[in-house]
Amino acid sequence: MSEKHTQLKVSAIKDGTVLDHIPAQSIFQVIDILDLSHSENPVTIGVNLESRSLGRKGIIKISDRFFADEELNRIALAAPDATVNIIKDYEVVQKKKIDLPETVVGIAKCSNPMCVTNHQPVPTRFSTVVDHKKVKLLCHYCEKTTEEFIPLGH
Amino acid sequence: MHKSLISIHDFSKEEILHILEVAREMEATGSSKLLDGKVVACLFFEPSTRTRLSFETAANRLGARVIGFSDVANTSISKGETLKDTIKMVSNYVDIIVMRHPLEGAARYASEVCDIPVVNAGDGANQHPSQTLLDLYTILQTQGRLEDVTINMVGDLKYGRTVHSLLQAMSHFNPRFFFTAPDELRLPAEYKAFMDARGIPYKESRSLQEHLCDCDILYMTRVQQERFSDPMEYEKVKDVYRLERSMLQGVRDNMKILHPLPRVGEIAADVDDTPYAYYYKQAQNGMYVRMAIIAYLLGYK
Repeated sequence: MSEKHTQLKVSAIKDGTVLDHIPAQSIFQVIDILDLSHSENPVTIGVNLESRSLGRKGIIKISDRFFADEELNRIALAAPDATVNIIKDYEVVQKKKIDLPETVVGIAKCSNPMCVTNHQPVPTRFSTVVDHKKVKLLCHYCEKTTEEFIPLGH
Repeated sequence: MHKSLISIHDFSKEEILHILEVAREMEATGSSKLLDGKVVACLFFEPSTRTRLSFETAANRLGARVIGFSDVANTSISKGETLKDTIKMVSNYVDIIVMRHPLEGAARYASEVCDIPVVNAGDGANQHPSQTLLDLYTILQTQGRLEDVTINMVGDLKYGRTVHSLLQAMSHFNPRFFFTAPDELRLPAEYKAFMDARGIPYKESRSLQEHLCDCDILYMTRVQQERFSDPMEYEKVKDVYRLERSMLQGVRDNMKILHPLPRVGEIAADVDDTPYAYYYKQAQNGMYVRMAIIAYLLGYK
């Protein structure tokens, strides 16, 4: 599959949001973060597409849906270098870079088995820390660091 | 929201020094009626007799009444009540909650669901800030200062939360550290990074004897069996250090031995009668510091 072909696929939705440059192994995490498995909108997902910068990348196209920046920024937990294209009438009308949010509430799970959030009905809350280009999550409650993003419910 | 004490990071350097000053007043005054008519809840979701007695005595010596429980066996928690409901209910009755809980972050969460002050008396392996404050008070009392003190921390530096909290709190005061531990229990890298970032000098050693004579504070800790998942690893290191009277030849005159207690084998009984042993007084200081914490959080000091 050529780069040109994927570009064609990207522009193939009329209106909506295209998330590009997602590392192939992170695509399902991004789906979880945006809760796309419960989406009513048409969603197209491409995995293991060739990419010059990432080797293999993933791409997600969501028709007729436009996310708040706050929602998009959460993607940075799994795919900090993802790009966002806003499509209107088959044209890219806006390209967005995502910014890592300072705090993450309610979407990630704490990896500490003794953390109160894993035993009581407490919404998780983390502050984000970037260490050697990796995003880590510092738990507001148990004060431990979660090294890998784990979606809630996993 | 009221001020709570959940983590030692919740108090600024100025607040820490204020608490220590109030604790000094408490030690000088002894008992008072400062909190006459107040009620303190001591909620111990896991047993800790030493800490509970210290807090309860502190409340009593300020003239407050104490309610609470010392384990969860006969409470509605054993029926499955959520922590939130227990805290909400108790907070309607009392003026301040002191709590110990096996889950990490439980005290932080409790402080967010009620509108009275919460004191964390230990949340699992996470924080135990009143211990840290009493350690600071004892260092100040024995050395006459907190600045430029050399502390030799010995034993379980990997899992020992008192060690981690104390070194973070001491970072305000230009300290030097020796870290004496077997390879299995060395200080985790994150704390070394913490000190490197602040330019705090430290040296690691495996030998208890090596830095006995060039420290002001010898901070001994117990190797806690409950922190080990592998019993073999515990057996290998449990008796690694044992301080005896004969080893104290040539130590600094001002050197004091601290220990958060309980001890098992790491300090021999013959050390107790030396001028360097200070751990019993340290435990007593805990009461004064807890009096200061309760009075401060209730707005009386």
